[in-house]
Amino acid sequence: MFAFCADPASLEGYSWLICYLTTGKHLDFYWSFVTVLTLLAVTAPTALAFGFGGAMAARSPLLPLRLLGQIYTGMVRGIPDIVFFLFFVIALDQGIEWLVHQLRCPEWTDPIRNGLEFRVCPEAKVPNNSAPQVWHSLYGFALAVVTFALVFGAFAANVLFGAMQAVPRAQLETAEAYGMSPRQVFRRVLVPQMWVYALPGLSNLWMILIKATPLLFLLGVQDIVYWARELGGSKTSAYDYPHPDWRLYYFLGLLVFYLLMTKMSERVLARVQTRLSHGQATASGEAQRRAEA
Amino acid sequence: MSCMEIIADYGLRSLGIGERLLPRSDFTLCHQFTLIGSGLIWNIYFGFLALVFGFFAANAIALAKSARSPWARKPAEWFIFVFRGSPLFIQFFLAYEALVLLPRAGFEIPLGFITVTLETSWLSKAWAGALIVLFLNTAAYSAEIFYGALRSIPKGDLEAADAYGLTGWAKFRRVQWPTMLRLAWPAYTNEAIFLFHATTLVFFSGFPAFRQQGDALYYASYFVDKTFNPFVPYPIVAFYFILLTLALIGLFGIINKRLNRHLPSNARAKFKLRPQIIR
Amino acid sequence: MKNLILTTALLALTAGAAAAQTVRMGTEGAYPPYNFINDAGEVDGFERELGDQLCEMAGLTCEWVTTDWDGIIPNLQSGNYDTIIAGMSITAERDEVIDFTQNYIPPASSAYMALDAGADIKGGVIAAQTGTIQAGYVAESGATLVEYATPDETVAAVRNGEADAVFADKDYLAPILAESGGQFSWAGEDVQLGGGVGMGLRESDTELKGKFDAAISAMKADGSLNALIVKWFGSDVATF
Repeated sequence: MFAFCADPASLEGYSWLICYLTTGKHLDFYWSFVTVLTLLAVTAPTALAFGFGGAMAARSPLLPLRLLGQIYTGMVRGIPDIVFFLFFVIALDQGIEWLVHQLRCPEWTDPIRNGLEFRVCPEAKVPNNSAPQVWHSLYGFALAVVTFALVFGAFAANVLFGAMQAVPRAQLETAEAYGMSPRQVFRRVLVPQMWVYALPGLSNLWMILIKATPLLFLLGVQDIVYWARELGGSKTSAYDYPHPDWRLYYFLGLLVFYLLMTKMSERVLARVQTRLSHGQATASGEAQRRAEA
Repeated sequence: MSCMEIIADYGLRSLGIGERLLPRSDFTLCHQFTLIGSGLIWNIYFGFLALVFGFFAANAIALAKSARSPWARKPAEWFIFVFRGSPLFIQFFLAYEALVLLPRAGFEIPLGFITVTLETSWLSKAWAGALIVLFLNTAAYSAEIFYGALRSIPKGDLEAADAYGLTGWAKFRRVQWPTMLRLAWPAYTNEAIFLFHATTLVFFSGFPAFRQQGDALYYASYFVDKTFNPFVPYPIVAFYFILLTLALIGLFGIINKRLNRHLPSNARAKFKLRPQIIR
Repeated sequence: MKNLILTTALLALTAGAAAAQTVRMGTEGAYPPYNFINDAGEVDGFERELGDQLCEMAGLTCEWVTTDWDGIIPNLQSGNYDTIIAGMSITAERDEVIDFTQNYIPPASSAYMALDAGADIKGGVIAAQTGTIQAGYVAESGATLVEYATPDETVAAVRNGEADAVFADKDYLAPILAESGGQFSWAGEDVQLGGGVGMGLRESDTELKGKFDAAISAMKADGSLNALIVKWFGSDVATF
């Protein structure tokens, strides 16, 4: 990166360290922090949407829909998330390619499943083999987002379901008395009022999501854990910057990163909770009212 | 080879009993179910012991966190923050890296007339090292749950205790602690479930498997590695864990009933999933 | 609306299907000098140079992808890349599920590396990478096998005393031993395992296999393969 880094073998002390910490590989490592943060930013709303759908299904008067919602929310409880991650991504990837294959190559006669091999026509590969690497990375990232969102959507569904049940019955009855249809009651009263009850659960979910990101490397995304392992491992002189096993330091760095993320999230979420509680018929809402009075 | 023979050969393979070599060809469903089931012994071992030890530690830490003295409160707060604020995956990794740094030969402690050697090499083995991490981890999570429950004990209960003249230890043992446990139980059930789920991470990060003795997920990935097919072994792990979870819910439900036996039936704490405790 | 965005995204992803096919080369990137990620963050090593040369000779455009050793075969099967070029030894077990080109490295020795030459390799604790032929060999040898996910960790295990010796490809261990400043030494005899290192392909990709086989033959014939092996592994290893 810097001009004086041209010959790593001649460097010593601080200049060695500066050059070492700015190699292309390290820049990839720093970028992977952005990847993780992006994943969090994209997954959180997606999971919330999945959760909303799940909670609505679990409340549905239709039995099959209700069962579906309950199975979805119960699923994550029984199965460790890591097991999910290990085979779900391959299954999802193959499912998508199978669909595209059906659309694009209807006249393809060879079997798609051949023993263990999974083979679709070249046009159905997502993304196409000759597409630039960027698309492949993006696709892998999208698969990871969907997988995370599915698992955490089930948790969110649990939280939202509970929150919907927690909205005081009287408020809904009042709305009905005003002549609102069930749909209007849901949209205008239930959904706006449930957030204050959902927030503690959703805050926890956010913390869980942060702490699940080290599992990203299982999904084939080159995340911070991947790079920390790769960079920290001892290096022979086949590399420009040989060094002994430094994984301990890299992982300590990750530990600090996660602790900081947690601390920051706790602060922000506490503030949101105060704002949401304002004027609510809950203990903390009542406390606020008293403090103002 | 019949399935019974396979069970006899591999049923306790994860403990090193039975066939020494893992199957290397003709992988039947029976092989996969048997070996993965045998690995489940380790998941139960880690989960159960960490839960038992963690329960006692959590009580102490929760009390420390609600203490007035900062000397007790601050360390408890930090302990909980570090273990709840970082991913278990990274805790396992760091613990292993730190434990292998201990001197192989152990510490020599001179006691004047005799020198005691403190063995340390066993600490970096999964059965001890991973158990310690899981124990500390669940202690932190449970302590936070118990602390929350301690703070939400109804004021009336405490006043009633005062009115009966109960103080100090007697008040804690007969009023505060049972109420805390009762309030915390639904959340604690979830902690237990997720602790068992978390045991699958042991051999996945940091801790190596000796003599091919690992947990359920270890054997599942062995089969994936041999059959190159992820769609059979992993669902088997999922199946076993669903059974394990159902058993746990049943067990904790019985205890919950006992904790709430004095209450009218409509006031009992319902068990709800509050996913605050995954790692 | 969402649907529309999704379809356009899919279209964009799959656009250019008519253009020339790119061959995606899957490797581990953690096994120097075979393959590793260099300090610029790119795949480097013997197999990078070899692969690029083979692709050029066969008139293919190649793209490099890294993946975990664990999932390297399932990912090939499900088409995330088209070849495995990751120091993978040809074995009967693997040959049943995927196809191999002819070997581009002759059957090579695996060796035990330990802190002292007298280490007990028959009954002691031996570290090996999970899912390698070496791990299988140790499990059968009567020694206590201890498995790690990456090759680097197996060496670290010997260094910190967790294992008595590490068992791996000699070519991988040689530079580590040479640079250890006398810390490590070989223990016991070398062992011949596998049928050399070849490229792995899906069984149905016979055309691609033919192209790579032809290119490897050409490189063997004109001696450029031997030159490449010597360049990366030194002059005292087996060549063709």
